[in-house]
Amino acid sequence: MFHFSDEQIERYSRHIILPHVGGKGQEKLLESKVLMIGAGGLGSPAAYYLTAAGIGTLGLADDDAVDRSNLQRQILHFTSDLGAPKTRSAARKLADLNPDCQIHQHSLRVDSSNILDLIDPYDVILDGTDNFPARFLINDACVMARKPLIHAGVFRFEGQATTIIPGETPCYRCVFPEPPPLGMIPSCQEAGILGCVAGIMGAIQATEAIKVLLKIGEPLLGKLLIFDALAMQFRQAAIPRDKECAICSDHPTITQLIDYNQSCDSAGGE
Amino acid sequence: MNITLNGKSREFSDSITVAAMLAELQLHPQQVAVEVNREIVKRDQFEIHQVNDGDEIEILRFVGGGGKEDNNDR
Repeated sequence: MFHFSDEQIERYSRHIILPHVGGKGQEKLLESKVLMIGAGGLGSPAAYYLTAAGIGTLGLADDDAVDRSNLQRQILHFTSDLGAPKTRSAARKLADLNPDCQIHQHSLRVDSSNILDLIDPYDVILDGTDNFPARFLINDACVMARKPLIHAGVFRFEGQATTIIPGETPCYRCVFPEPPPLGMIPSCQEAGILGCVAGIMGAIQATEAIKVLLKIGEPLLGKLLIFDALAMQFRQAAIPRDKECAICSDHPTITQLIDYNQSCDSAGGE
Repeated sequence: MNITLNGKSREFSDSITVAAMLAELQLHPQQVAVEVNREIVKRDQFEIHQVNDGDEIEILRFVGGGGKEDNNDR
């Protein structure tokens, strides 16, 4: 019935015995294509777990190079990778972790001209970027292309995540209609970030991606998960759909992708 | 007046607008989205929308991940 090698049966045995996954679910994962935008603090744990889980094709989009200040949390990258493109550094580790997983390196910065082509071949998109122009662009493109989007963000000791299924759930713009003015929200550089908070939120993104791919459990649909590491508490805020949302309503006012210019932002991943 | 703010009970002296509530909490209106009883209050309504006793309020912060943190010269 399934076409697993002996090595695959051994590798995925802990998945295959799970009632919600099984041989069928594992086969589905091996046929799935997931795109991780940002190979940084969120992208590192997400990409590790997705690769280990046997996602058949994992795309990594990032145009940044490994910097020493990344190593505190971006655990795909090692000291010996300093200066290397993050996609190459990441692909090296992931290929060694699981040869079943094809890693596609997209060494680019997402913008309005390339994002629709970029996301087109993938089943699920994960946003692990570190700036608002990219977050709004990714949200809008996923709504236009009807691609499931797993969103997460981190700040100091806090994290947020939600899962967006265009046409069914609210999108990022339903909650936050416009990017904040430049300089209004402190960056990680200004505000700091506890490395493992990014790790937790990235692992949650990978979990949500697997749930969406296998259609199991209750993904964070219409719910914003808020994590407070200092209190060690998770809470969920129900988020409503905006009937007048500029991008995901029945009559969108945004019909072309927007490149918000916030020159101090990077295209790198958080 | 007692409201539920981000899942916790909180007292405010009198019925106030969303804008006044944010001011009391020392939050900038452009840093947050505000949900009252599971409806997003548009930012241009912050000065008008009254918060009432028993309201359930979620103040959702922009969490971006955050801007340029390395390779500042790029």
